[in-house]
Amino acid sequence: MLHTFVALVENKPGVLTRVASLFRRLNINITSLTVGESERADVSRMTIVAEAAPDRAHRMMASLYKLENVLEVDDVGRHSAVVRELAMVKVAAGPQTRAHLFELAKVFHARIVDLAPESLMLEITGGASKIEGLVQVLVESNYKILEMARTGRMAMRRGQHTSRVLEALREAPSSQSVLAGKPKQATAG
Amino acid sequence: MKNSGNANQADPAIYRHPTSLTGAETLWASLAGEGVRDVFGYPGGAILPAYDALRKFPIRHILVRHEQGAAHMADGYARASGRVGVAIATSGPGATNLVTGIANAMMDSVPIVCITGQVGSKVLGTDAFQEVDITGITLPITKHNYLVSRTEDIAPTIREAFLIAKSGRPGPVLVDITKDAQQNSAIFDFNAAAPEAYRPHPMLRADAASIREAIELMRTAKRPLILAGHGILQSNAVAQVRALAERTQTPVACTLLGLGAFPASHPLNLGMMGMHGESWVNQAIQQSDLLIACGMRFDDRVTGTLASYAPHAKKIHIEIDPSEINKNVAVDVALIGDLKDVLDAMLPELPAMDTSAWREAIDAMKGDAAVRDIQNLPDDGHLYAAHVMHDLWHATGGNAVIATDVGQHQMWEAQYYKHDHPRTLITSGGAGTMGFALPAAIGAKIACPEKEVWVVAGDGGFQMTASELSTIAQEKIKINIAVINNGYLGMVRQWQERFYDKNYECTPLLSPDFVKLADAHGIAGATARTRGEAVAAIEAARQHEGAFLIDFRVEQEDSVYPMVPAGAALHEMIRRPQSKPRNNPLVETASDA
Ligand SMILES: Cc1ncc(C[n+]2csc(CCOP(=O)(O)OP(=O)(O)O)c2C)c(N)n1
Ligand SMILES: [Mg+2]
Repeated sequence: MLHTFVALVENKPGVLTRVASLFRRLNINITSLTVGESERADVSRMTIVAEAAPDRAHRMMASLYKLENVLEVDDVGRHSAVVRELAMVKVAAGPQTRAHLFELAKVFHARIVDLAPESLMLEITGGASKIEGLVQVLVESNYKILEMARTGRMAMRRGQHTSRVLEALREAPSSQSVLAGKPKQATAG
Repeated sequence: MKNSGNANQADPAIYRHPTSLTGAETLWASLAGEGVRDVFGYPGGAILPAYDALRKFPIRHILVRHEQGAAHMADGYARASGRVGVAIATSGPGATNLVTGIANAMMDSVPIVCITGQVGSKVLGTDAFQEVDITGITLPITKHNYLVSRTEDIAPTIREAFLIAKSGRPGPVLVDITKDAQQNSAIFDFNAAAPEAYRPHPMLRADAASIREAIELMRTAKRPLILAGHGILQSNAVAQVRALAERTQTPVACTLLGLGAFPASHPLNLGMMGMHGESWVNQAIQQSDLLIACGMRFDDRVTGTLASYAPHAKKIHIEIDPSEINKNVAVDVALIGDLKDVLDAMLPELPAMDTSAWREAIDAMKGDAAVRDIQNLPDDGHLYAAHVMHDLWHATGGNAVIATDVGQHQMWEAQYYKHDHPRTLITSGGAGTMGFALPAAIGAKIACPEKEVWVVAGDGGFQMTASELSTIAQEKIKINIAVINNGYLGMVRQWQERFYDKNYECTPLLSPDFVKLADAHGIAGATARTRGEAVAAIEAARQHEGAFLIDFRVEQEDSVYPMVPAGAALHEMIRRPQSKPRNNPLVETASDA
């Protein structure tokens, strides 16, 4: 099955290698891995999608936490989450064929972000199936895809879920009275 | 020793008042501040600034003969004492020579810190002379590692390295320091460099509800067993495990690295489990209805084939590393935390248990096996390694620290030297690294000078790191060395005998005359060919003031029994055949031939 983890990691050189190397050592193939900035200046956020048997989630998560630079891991695949990917697709298209592509873009909520005499570039965000749907329609309509770039998945749980929420509430002056003195109710991860 | 005396006392004021120091001075000041008194190392260009500053600090440096030896010495030092061991090497080949020793420490979760010099930060990544990417190379075999290229990062990094090495599940940490970081100066502020408290693994879980579940399982168990592993030593939980066993009258089986964690002579101790464990121990595991695993990880060498491992047993796994839970063996209750803390929480809750029938059943399984193996070796003038181990145990009263190498002799040591005390067996378990014994024993002796320390090595493995004999000579280290000389890479030969039709391909081994080799280093020695000579030589070694080597010419084609063949179930053991091959020549050496 596909596992999806979000990991918050220290933004330091070599951390990506450590994470990637861990999956290599566990002999698990990474389907996609995105890294970027998070809400904290010194912390990067990774979304890791990996193909492995269902019972390996615990080991992957526990092993990720053993990396000293990994601060927080969440198995978002087990929860309701928003999962998005961005793709850019450059399609061969002259003045005659463009109109149909504009139609397609509208249907798929994609955007045309570049237009050249012989090609145009579509930008689409969404779940993997939506992107794959667009690609399939393009291919079946005999368009030539000149280039395609996909970011890989990014994921974020819906709603609120960690102690950080409680912390945030506690820090917020208005809610102090509500939560003051209460023990932590949940732990991170 | 050149580095002793008053000249090298670092000014304690540097710990109180922030002071400008070079990176090299900062390194030693940080090590000394962490309590380091001894380091094992080998100099070279990229670490020379550090060596230049060494004499100002109260740290003893043991010059090794190969950096692998330095890492193993740090490892032996840590295992014998529980303190973090330190190895130091130069860049490039110095650093890569550490690799085997680091991997060995990783596999057995031993806290060591390795310091390597690195080329200047300006030329990093240019294939400069003696540049290797040692943090890249050691990434999967260290608990953590660092490349430090700024002087001001040295103190905080060293301090964090020590914390990481010894916290949680311990392990090796490597700190690679560029030459310019050693040469430049910065303000040294030891207190400000203190790391944040170690972050416990967020998946630790040993809450009251899980403990209650474990207690419930114990309450109804009829055939419980405690599986005692290395974690008991590392968590300092020897007393707690003993209390657990005694209060519940639960028998104890030890892993190889767990030997000494529960006294061998204790009536509840069954002995070692696993591939070369005693037959009744493995049978007891297979028949048990509750395994209480304490600081062990169900390694393939102790489980046999997993499909039929302990089929009737519920399993409680007390373990600090969450990634070990359900890795090899699915467990019913996982208590994930520091063993000592978990047991402290459990002890007041323990149910009363009556295990007398179970213990009688195990005793009955012993049958002739309890006396069979060693007693059945006839004193036919040949010398058997098992006898040597027994005699060594007898002569030392079981009080010596024994560092073994890897092979048959290692298993015989485990079977016949009865370890009653923690940290008295130092052996390479997870990695099985030949060449470990001699340097590990040196490390153990430096850590515990008051202890009697023995090397037990095969003729093969001893030659892998035998160059450290001259380290012993130079540093005047009193250890005793038992070479179990069977003329073969014995353990491999045993597999060839069993599984490869006695095709002894590349396992007969010609060795130098080990006593002459010792003599060439100014180290005394003796050869023992009979049991009488063996006992006398052991006594001579113990009486001798300096290091002493004994070349035990043992039976050549002897095998370790019982043996669980790889892939077999734990109770499917091969026992020692009743008749022994007799007409093997005694071991020849290069100088006899
Ligand atoms: C560095 C290394 N290389 C190879 C092996 C494989 N191996 C395991 S035991 C053994 C034989 C050891 O022979 P010796 O040191 O003479 O000990 P004996 O088994 O004869 O007691 C070998 C080659 C190993 N464990 N370590
Ligand atoms: Mg041998």
